[in-house]
Amino acid sequence: MKIKLSFWKLVFFFLMAAGVYATYVRFAKGLGPSTNLSDQFPWGIWIGFDVLCGVMLAAGGFTLTAAVHILNIKRLKPIVRPTILTAFLGYVLVSVALLFDLGKPYNIWHPLIMRNPHSVMFEVAYCVMLYTAVLSLEFAPIVLERFNLQKPLKIIRAVLIPLVIGGVILSTLHQSSLGTLYLIMPEKLHPFWYTPLLPVFFFLSAIAVGLAMTIFESSMSAKHFGRQLELPIIQELGRVLLVVLSVYGILRFEDLLHRGVLKLLFQPSYETYLFWLELTLALILPLALLTQKKVRMTAGGLYVTAVLVVLGFITNRLNVSITGLEGSAGVRYIPKWTELAITAAIIAAGFALFGLATKYLPIFPSETEHVAHEPEVVVGSEVLSHAGD
Amino acid sequence: MSKAILYDATLCINCKQCEAACAEKNQLRYDDAVAAEDRQSEHKFTVVLAKGDKYMRRLCMNCADPACASVCPVAALRKTPEGPVIYEASRCMGCRYCMVACPFGVPKYEWNKLVPRVQKCTMCSDRVEAGKQTSCADACPTGATKFGERDELITEAQQRLHDNPGKYVNHIYGLNEVGGTSVLLLSSVPFEEFGYRTDLTRDPLPLFTYRVLSRIPDFIPLGGVVLGGVWWITHRREEVAAEEEPPKKTVFYPSSDPSQGDRRAK
Repeated sequence: MKIKLSFWKLVFFFLMAAGVYATYVRFAKGLGPSTNLSDQFPWGIWIGFDVLCGVMLAAGGFTLTAAVHILNIKRLKPIVRPTILTAFLGYVLVSVALLFDLGKPYNIWHPLIMRNPHSVMFEVAYCVMLYTAVLSLEFAPIVLERFNLQKPLKIIRAVLIPLVIGGVILSTLHQSSLGTLYLIMPEKLHPFWYTPLLPVFFFLSAIAVGLAMTIFESSMSAKHFGRQLELPIIQELGRVLLVVLSVYGILRFEDLLHRGVLKLLFQPSYETYLFWLELTLALILPLALLTQKKVRMTAGGLYVTAVLVVLGFITNRLNVSITGLEGSAGVRYIPKWTELAITAAIIAAGFALFGLATKYLPIFPSETEHVAHEPEVVVGSEVLSHAGD
Repeated sequence: MSKAILYDATLCINCKQCEAACAEKNQLRYDDAVAAEDRQSEHKFTVVLAKGDKYMRRLCMNCADPACASVCPVAALRKTPEGPVIYEASRCMGCRYCMVACPFGVPKYEWNKLVPRVQKCTMCSDRVEAGKQTSCADACPTGATKFGERDELITEAQQRLHDNPGKYVNHIYGLNEVGGTSVLLLSSVPFEEFGYRTDLTRDPLPLFTYRVLSRIPDFIPLGGVVLGGVWWITHRREEVAAEEEPPKKTVFYPSSDPSQGDRRAK
């Protein structure tokens, strides 16, 4: 265990060092020398992965708060905190990544006063900004609780439901709007991915990934921190995931059918291979696995399925933002090492912060914590036991 | 009224006076090396392409309903009533969505600068506003590039097509492409040969996103009421249940699931 931990620490410090050097290159030399972006291909992995995938991977936050606080599914309560943590970290890291990608990052606040309500990007900017604020308020009770600050806890508790509703609306809007971004380029995006339903697909897949990420995190935490969620909860998530994926799969098929794209699926091309890769990882394998009761009921099976779903929809976002646009651009885009180094450093920072938070904050339910909280709860301090959920 | 440029490739002699005048107007370097470049770039806003004795200009089409201006989150790009699509560098934050969205691949970026700008032809907006014609039209010795009222130029282009059957491809490029543009092209060879796509939609591209975006103001109150309503119903059931049979557990865990309480007690 000790050797393993120090190995990961080594990896972490290597990635951070590479990231720091790449950051220097990016800001000292500019976007041209630090990326493989060009006039033909202006958006690379900082948008395709860091922003599109980053926001998608953070979708568990709104999915689970909605399930627990709005739909009142109490048995899912223990997972709300890890998903809020993921979402909060995710959005913070997306904002950091944006600072690398923007040509003039110090102007990132401009949408606040320079409005263009016809721009999808403007809407996304506002939603992400407001939702990050909502998430920090949803996350705050975890920290406040740790330091036993009752007064601010009471205030947040009082506005929790409107806050959750606001968060769900904002998430619905910008998760789908990341798909809407690409609706303006019907002639540029490959027909495998260009569809008027892009916003719907982005939204549905965000829910699927939110669920998959929750299963994934629970298993990771079990392995490295000895903290995990109970099997029945994960099984429940698996069942919902199966339904969401099925709905998504049917819609996706109907869409390809009605747009007459099905025949393209069997013509060998660069796009076809990557489309099938996406389909296999995101839909075919997970659906095949989840319909097996043996897989659906075991932690290991659910973990493998969750990883596949996450990888599959990462492929989907990269296909929409990169693969699907390469044909019309007439160039192949392969990220430069600096782009990869910064993305890797951001992911590493995400893992490290998640690990630290689960170590020092009351994120996962554990026996010792229950004991520690019991007296407070018995006194009837509803605020303490539920704020931040 | 809206102004436009009509470029008739059959009148062009590839003298590149338009390129030189454009560079001078926009304070860009122009020498033999730049003249030899056959691509629009951040330092060359217009280019005359040559294929044998056939020529074609490329420049920003200054669309009637431009995708670039529609997608810009900070309204750095704007369509003026006179016709030009202009750019205000001080507003820009460098997201480059305009470059991704433009159906003609026009906006270029200063990739190698630390304070980069988007660069493109802005149809000499200051000159046009002052009632003058664009620099390229001014410099053109043959009248291949002609500046004027868009409506009048369309009539003239139609007249040329009508009067010279067989001379031109029977199409005014820019009349309907993506809802119409302020640059109109006539050619004797298919436009595709010079990289102009003829499969573009006739709808203005901003419609594609606005159809979705315009629903949002309606969605917010609707979503709020639906979610609030669901919350009320799901929690009301619980209150009623608590009223009817006040269990001891809920005294200790006021809004907690009894099963969870059991688990904690274990």
